[in-house]
Amino acid sequence: MKKIGLFIEFKDDEIKPANDGMVTMAQGDGHELFALVVNADAAACRERLSAYGVSAVVDITAGGGAWHPDGWADAVVQAMNACGIETLMGLTSPQGRDLLPRIAAVLDAPLVMDCVGVDLDRNVARTTQYSGKAMAEIQLTGRHHIYGIRAGAVSPAPRAAAAEVHAFSAVEPTASGIEVLSTRPGEAGTVDLAEADIIIAGGRGMKSGENFKLLQDCARAMGAAVGASRVAVDEGWVPYTFQVGQTGSKVNPKVYIACGISGSVQHFAGMKSSEMIIAVNKDPGAAIIGKCDYYIVGDLFEIIPEVTRALGAAG
Amino acid sequence: MKIYVCVKHVPDSAATITIRDGSRIEENITFLMNPYDEHAITEAAGLRSQLPDAEVVAVCVAGPAAENTLRSAMAMGADRSILVVADRQIDSMLTARALQAAIEADGTPHLILAGKESIDAEGMQTMFRLARYFGMPAATNAVKISLEADGAVVESEKEAGSRDILRLTLPCVIGAGRGLNTPRYPTLPDIIKARKREVKKIDLADLDVSSPGGKTEILSLAPVAENREPREIAGDAAAAARELVRILKEEAKVL
Ligand SMILES: Cc1cc2nc3c(=O)[nH]c(=O)nc-3n(C[C@H](O)[C@H](O)[C@H](O)COP(=O)(O)OP(=O)(O)OC[C@H]3O[C@@H](n4cnc5c(N)ncnc54)[C@H](O)[C@@H]3O)c2cc1C
Ligand SMILES: Nc1ncnc2c1ncn2[C@@H]1O[C@H](COP(=O)(O)O)[C@@H](O)[C@H]1O
Repeated sequence: MKKIGLFIEFKDDEIKPANDGMVTMAQGDGHELFALVVNADAAACRERLSAYGVSAVVDITAGGGAWHPDGWADAVVQAMNACGIETLMGLTSPQGRDLLPRIAAVLDAPLVMDCVGVDLDRNVARTTQYSGKAMAEIQLTGRHHIYGIRAGAVSPAPRAAAAEVHAFSAVEPTASGIEVLSTRPGEAGTVDLAEADIIIAGGRGMKSGENFKLLQDCARAMGAAVGASRVAVDEGWVPYTFQVGQTGSKVNPKVYIACGISGSVQHFAGMKSSEMIIAVNKDPGAAIIGKCDYYIVGDLFEIIPEVTRALGAAG
Repeated sequence: MKIYVCVKHVPDSAATITIRDGSRIEENITFLMNPYDEHAITEAAGLRSQLPDAEVVAVCVAGPAAENTLRSAMAMGADRSILVVADRQIDSMLTARALQAAIEADGTPHLILAGKESIDAEGMQTMFRLARYFGMPAATNAVKISLEADGAVVESEKEAGSRDILRLTLPCVIGAGRGLNTPRYPTLPDIIKARKREVKKIDLADLDVSSPGGKTEILSLAPVAENREPREIAGDAAAAARELVRILKEEAKVL
């Protein structure tokens, strides 16, 4: 039996849905699950967390409540030490990418990011490497073990537990050398691609930034997030945060709809783990047609508006 | 003043990977500089002009073949380079130790740049470990870096385009993100000039590398199967669209 720490992420004061899958991943033979909640309303999320098997919520207060990457990393380390936690899991989200490696560095502990599976008894992680072309099983050795989990890698499975809330006040760490001057918000209402269930993405075939409105409309009708190939980003049609691929976001939605995207190796590196891939392309010889689940050969400028219309009729 | 840039020698992302002995890749494929490290080198070359007597030094831990990647780094703006020769793949914990030892043996860093992620190991951690071993602050996924007299102001990109604006004391370690700049690809004269620049080789075994507090080890590596069976959604645009919506609803169950 191990004590497993789970760093819980919030967005707009709500627990991010991707945490549920992560907590599910940690369920197992008698492990004791500790949710680590930093500067948030821990009591309010007790029920939600215990529904997936968490038995203790550690309500961590750090640095007067404000976000500070080193301050938070240090506070999590302090809480882990205080509770006797040697295994930590968190999401491989933008915040997780900033925080988990800092924690690993402080503890001088092994870390594997973007895990699609973990074996907490053997300290083994499963993750992709080489731009998604290979699946690796990695042994972690050391006193502590840290795992960054890919959002959506495991579907949430409820398991009732009774969680208690413990308050923990982190001691002010020594000066970190970082001062957070400000945090500039991103575009309102944009979904983080890595956590979206449906993504509809456009590539060179979109031909212009204005045409992305077609995808935005369709996305709204199906509750999807909009993504793009690197060409669409490099052309300045959409911001870089839209880019899917090896040098963009790695996503694994339930459905990925690629419109006017040829299916390069680098694009696939970011979306090949999608449960279902649907291609809309006018070229029957495009690489993506051979590597998807469903395809429509045709002009996206005719097809996408029809899909939006059909969704309207269906909804 | 010295700017060190960590560059990794990685397989070309377009190359087909073959797996040997179930735990490593066949290395007879094209290797290049990790794409994020190109942003780091480009940034270093740009920042050099703002610092008095600045020198840009590229550092890599890899097999002897990585000399090519260091030549590219020099063609893109590094003045010289250091190759820590390792006869096997090493994990990011040991790599960070090796980078630290190599940099420390060479000079006093004013700034250390790296990429936010390597595209082979996809570790996302080396810059933080390096910073910790040096006792320096670190930031990653930098999309803007401004040097000031006593610090660096870094815009670190977070979720959905939001940014943390951070001030780091110098020296510090920064991981370059893709929004940082447009890599300046070398011209033929740059490439020729780079041939004359120094690649100092040090054996990993000859460096004073203290052992890290743990390790990661690849137990097995297997190709990710491509086993989709593409089916056409036929018919005119309207019929195909209706069928697509039906698939979303009934098969994918996302609507
Ligand atoms: C180091 C490196 C990293 C990279 N990282 C990434 C990455 O992260 N993400 C990424 O996407 N790429 C990446 N790339 C670029 C990648 O190699 C390809 O160039 C890119 O993915 C191609 O984008 P595309 O499919 O939009 O364009 P194209 O390959 O030009 O394909 C356009 C497609 O649109 C179709 N089309 C055109 N008009 C229509 C229409 N009216 N209706 C329907 N279909 C139409 C065409 O038939 C064609 O198949 C990277 C490259 C390198 C070297
Ligand atoms: N073997 C290496 N040699 C030089 N730099 C490296 C090496 N491994 C990682 N790095 C640097 O660390 C960054 C992040 O790598 P990683 O932690 O593997 O994702 C890379 O972009 C490089 O800048």
